[in-house]
Amino acid sequence: MKDRMPRLRARLRQPRTQAMLLAAYTALSAAGLAFGGLSILWFLLLLVSLLLLYYSDLPRMVKWVWAGVVVAVLLPVCASNGSSYESFMEVATQMGIFVAMALGLNVVVGFAGLLDLGFIAFFALGAYTYAIFFSDQANHFIAGHHFPLSGDLFWLCLPVGLFVAALFGVLLGLPVLRVKGDYLAIVTLGFGEIIRIIFNNLDKPVNITNGAIGISSVQAPRFFGISLSFPHQFYYLVLVLLAIVLYAVQRLEHSRVGRAWKAVREDEIAAQAMGVPLVRTKLVAFAVGASFSGLMGVVFAAKQAFIDPTSFTMLESITILVMVILGGMGSLPGVVVGACLVTLLNIQLMPELTNWLNTLTTAGVINFPSALSPSKMQRLIFGIILILFAVFRPQGMIPAKTRRYDDAVLSRLAAEWRETAGGARRDGAHPAVPGYTSGHAAGQEGAKEGASL
Amino acid sequence: MIAQTLQSLPQVLVDGVTLGAVYATVAIGYTMVYGILELINFAHGEIFMSGAFIGTAILLVLNGAGWLAHLPKLLVLLLTLLVAMALTGLLGMGIERVAYRPLRHAPRLIPLISAIGVSFVLQDVVRFIAEWRTGNYIVTGVTLYGSEVNFGSITVKSNALFVLGAAVVMMAGLDLFVRKTKWGTAMRAVAQDKDTAALMSINVNRVIALTFFMGSALGGATGVLFAQQYGTIDPYIGFILGLKAFTAAVLGGIGNIRGAMFGGFVLGILEMFASAELGPLTGGVLGAEYKDVFAFIILIAVLLFKPEGLFGQAVKEKV
Repeated sequence: MKDRMPRLRARLRQPRTQAMLLAAYTALSAAGLAFGGLSILWFLLLLVSLLLLYYSDLPRMVKWVWAGVVVAVLLPVCASNGSSYESFMEVATQMGIFVAMALGLNVVVGFAGLLDLGFIAFFALGAYTYAIFFSDQANHFIAGHHFPLSGDLFWLCLPVGLFVAALFGVLLGLPVLRVKGDYLAIVTLGFGEIIRIIFNNLDKPVNITNGAIGISSVQAPRFFGISLSFPHQFYYLVLVLLAIVLYAVQRLEHSRVGRAWKAVREDEIAAQAMGVPLVRTKLVAFAVGASFSGLMGVVFAAKQAFIDPTSFTMLESITILVMVILGGMGSLPGVVVGACLVTLLNIQLMPELTNWLNTLTTAGVINFPSALSPSKMQRLIFGIILILFAVFRPQGMIPAKTRRYDDAVLSRLAAEWRETAGGARRDGAHPAVPGYTSGHAAGQEGAKEGASL
Repeated sequence: MIAQTLQSLPQVLVDGVTLGAVYATVAIGYTMVYGILELINFAHGEIFMSGAFIGTAILLVLNGAGWLAHLPKLLVLLLTLLVAMALTGLLGMGIERVAYRPLRHAPRLIPLISAIGVSFVLQDVVRFIAEWRTGNYIVTGVTLYGSEVNFGSITVKSNALFVLGAAVVMMAGLDLFVRKTKWGTAMRAVAQDKDTAALMSINVNRVIALTFFMGSALGGATGVLFAQQYGTIDPYIGFILGLKAFTAAVLGGIGNIRGAMFGGFVLGILEMFASAELGPLTGGVLGAEYKDVFAFIILIAVLLFKPEGLFGQAVKEKV
């Protein structure tokens, strides 16, 4: 028995074996989703397959294609078998929106270490940008009868929403990021609330946001003449955007600015001493995070076709923060998992639990006071999650990994570099030692994890 | 228009000072904790809210039992204040023990996150106790001193005098305590340098616990007075009020107790002025609903132009 274990382990390490096991698992959970009951459970299991995929040793391209096939083909096809196809796609769409937002917040909180408690404000900015101009709301303050704009222009509005949110991120960040970090938390908290109050009251003197009543009959986006109105259509839209966001975040993380973010997070003074421009680096993080949020706000407004200020409360901001903390600050797979779990908890699990308790109460089995119903307890649950994770597991469920560099590889690269450059001073030759800056930037964390650098 | 503004000014000042007293006492809680731990205690607004609910609950129970009519009002108010102060003080200590002390050496971000968590938990716990017992989370309490007194054109709720009186007594008491007593000296020593204070045989943990107790008790007492003054409370009042009290603390220079008092009064008067005059001054374009925005703009302006506050000292960060 004992001597078989290493062989098994070695076999498990082979990409081919992993691919086969993964395929079997995926097929099983997909089949469960298609034919079994309890669709949410199977849905979760299918999502776990993506996590396993992430950890497998398959080549990167294979991973992307595989994940694409699972979420774009397998998931909708299997779910379409059930009766609740559209509501299912709706849940998945919401999940996608929140994952993208959590990824955005992760840039701010996870990478750059800036606590933004008003993240939903940028989402609101994006949403209102779309809703105002793609309903007849804009006619109230722009002369002529140009509005609503045609749904074909939705695609143009995506970058506009992104830009508006980023702009406000910079505007807010400029005064605050110069002072000490803690103020940022409370100022963003205030900003989130202020944006809501302003949208709530901007129906006079000029009716811009229609105040507390909100904006209804927002145009549906059009894609080559097809009007997008079903959840499954939005699902694909969100999927494409999510892929872009995911790709962008992943590329950013290891870019020059990404390394600068982490350096600032670990030690501002040291980072500054190493030549990292403090305010600019933080501003970029703020703007990037905000822009993802604004982008998703546009999609949200288009999907709901109705928005009002109640969708943008502080509770939503903290919900997104919970996703990031639960998953793991700075860890992309962690944040994705955290966002999926919290969204499911929020829009699927708690309402169902509430319904179940209500039926029990009406049937007279137990007497459950409605004050305690789970769907009202979001704050309690989120609060407990935040405290527990902060105290016992601040790195989250799936901790962020710092890139490590093998000493041997590094010294080999350095030797090669010395040979090719011949010791000549050429700044352009730096890329030959790719690990050096990154390893340094993450110094503190790397040392904690016993990095070999 | 100026004549009209001038005419309403005395009333605005009286209301502003009353509100300012509330901000000032809550701001002290922020400033004390920040001074000693360099931590923004996000849960402080919720401690204030809990105080308001504890006070209201005590009065409602007394009223329900029919004792309220037989006891002297002043005695009831004092007792309620003392009980609420003790309970919120203990609550503050408990929060420190559970959510902040284990994180004293963690990265700066982490205690802020647990603080947010604590404030959410408190909001919901209070919400469901209130909703469970009364059927609605918005609670209207018993007002002890509801009568209004007129001085010429100014109307003052007699309760406002208690708010002011209590605030002044508490602030003066705290100021004396911090400057004159042994424990106050220890507090200032810990705020300056924890490690050196520990070497001087000061029990740092106990001093921090005491700081939380006092700050929270002040917040809780203010909550009781607030509920008396404004009648209706809900579990979410602590959030925006906490934000404004924090603004007051920053305005006065965070970490500076007298600065927080001053900042509170300034902010209260400015806010009352804004809510009364913003409409007339802007010709009806901006109404009183923007008074919260106003406080926020003050916060941004202070951070921009004088981040150390009116009375704080600019601290150079040393490596």
